[in-house]
Amino acid sequence: MSYLYAAFAATWIIHIAYLATLVRRYTQLRKEVEELKRK
Amino acid sequence: MKRAFPILGVLTAVLLSYGLYQALVAAPTEQTMGEVQRIFYYHVSSAWTAFLLFTINFIASVIYLIRRSPVADAVAVVTAEVGVVFCTVVLVTGPIWARPVWGIWWTWDVRLTSTLVLWLIYVSYLMLRRFSTSGQTPLLAAVLAVFGALDVPLVYFSIWFFRTQHPQPVIGGGGSIDSRMMHALLINWLAFLCFAFLICWSRYRLEVLRREVEEMQSQESMFEARGGR
Amino acid sequence: MSLISNITAATLAKDIRLEWRSKDAINSMLFFGLLVVVVFSFAFDPIAEESRRIAGGLVWVAFLFAAVVALNQTWAREVRNQVLDAYRVSPAPANSLFLAKALGNFLFVIVMEVLMTPLFIVFYKLRALGPAWMLAPIAVLGTWALVVNGTFFAAMSLRTRAREIMLPLLLFPISLPAILAMVRATTAILTADEPAKFWIVLLIAYDVVFTTACLLLFETVLQAE
Repeated sequence: MSYLYAAFAATWIIHIAYLATLVRRYTQLRKEVEELKRK
Repeated sequence: MKRAFPILGVLTAVLLSYGLYQALVAAPTEQTMGEVQRIFYYHVSSAWTAFLLFTINFIASVIYLIRRSPVADAVAVVTAEVGVVFCTVVLVTGPIWARPVWGIWWTWDVRLTSTLVLWLIYVSYLMLRRFSTSGQTPLLAAVLAVFGALDVPLVYFSIWFFRTQHPQPVIGGGGSIDSRMMHALLINWLAFLCFAFLICWSRYRLEVLRREVEEMQSQESMFEARGGR
Repeated sequence: MSLISNITAATLAKDIRLEWRSKDAINSMLFFGLLVVVVFSFAFDPIAEESRRIAGGLVWVAFLFAAVVALNQTWAREVRNQVLDAYRVSPAPANSLFLAKALGNFLFVIVMEVLMTPLFIVFYKLRALGPAWMLAPIAVLGTWALVVNGTFFAAMSLRTRAREIMLPLLLFPISLPAILAMVRATTAILTADEPAKFWIVLLIAYDVVFTTACLLLFETVLQAE
């Protein structure tokens, strides 16, 4: 039965990991916009 | 428009929770495979979502080839990325399901193997987009997407015939499906479709921002090149 | 139509002549193919019985890797001498250039396969249990499947950072059904365990679909800068 929970957990880990990369890319871009606006 | 996002977010969360309940509790237990079979609700709904996303990618790529629309290109890259994520889920949950049922992690199951090849094709698509130095990346990527789409039926038939020659265990089972199971599956599919839509929307906004930054950066370098007056 | 064939023939003749003088592609392909065969011989040391079952796969993997060597240098000369830019502004149909390049690669790879086959027969003590003559059309169809897409993706890879690695990264996933077909067809002939007909039909379908796609889309790729 641990396989069952492993599969469901794996699904959400993959989705959360992807969303985390989106957040990271977003903050990086925001920082670049700030820098470019300051120039 | 912006207010729709949180509303849709709440709706998606509700659907996903309901779907999880359906999958783990409400749906009847399968006869032969037991509780492990419940992975089916996430495995299949993710697969259908991934295929839908890749289909949208194909349509967007064709539109780009015909009209060179930047929006079409943005949709293409978004659906390819999110499609790969869902495809990864399918490829991870499949073996986790196969192992307790069949004792093996992998099999030349038609659908699983076709999904693997599809995943490979779209990862190569993403790599082309990442490694391309040309200003015409969208065009090259769209061409590759068309090639990939043409390949899909050939992939499926080649593996199907391979499997009929060398019969292997079928992951996911065949045959008819109990109506309560179908209900649980459809709920989960709807939930993941909404979830995919939200992710695509977020990724799309990220893409718009990224293009803005690129635009600003190229203007910046032109400005500096002119002597920064 | 005659314009296409004139340019194709001229370009093809030029490439063959250049290759015949330098023998760059053929030599590197042959040596690389030989190395792969030797490494495989160390890795798998099968008895005649087993070798028939795995030889199909080994042979085509070796041919595939060797073909990539040839495909990677397909456009090198053109890029060095700015020929592609000239082609972009000329009224010559882009297809004629593509066809010439693809046919040239096809010839080089077929020559390599013909030279390497005796080696395989010796190393793996091969003897076909099925109709051996059918290996020829399989080789032709399979090689064309690899070469037509390979030449196309080589052109697409020109505008990427890691040019040499990009080609196999793009080519292999798309070619998987063709690779499966040529391997299974070859194994079918060698072992006479299964019919090769379906695989040959699949190869023909693959070749038709992708030759058409390449011919239709090459102009687009060539114009992209």
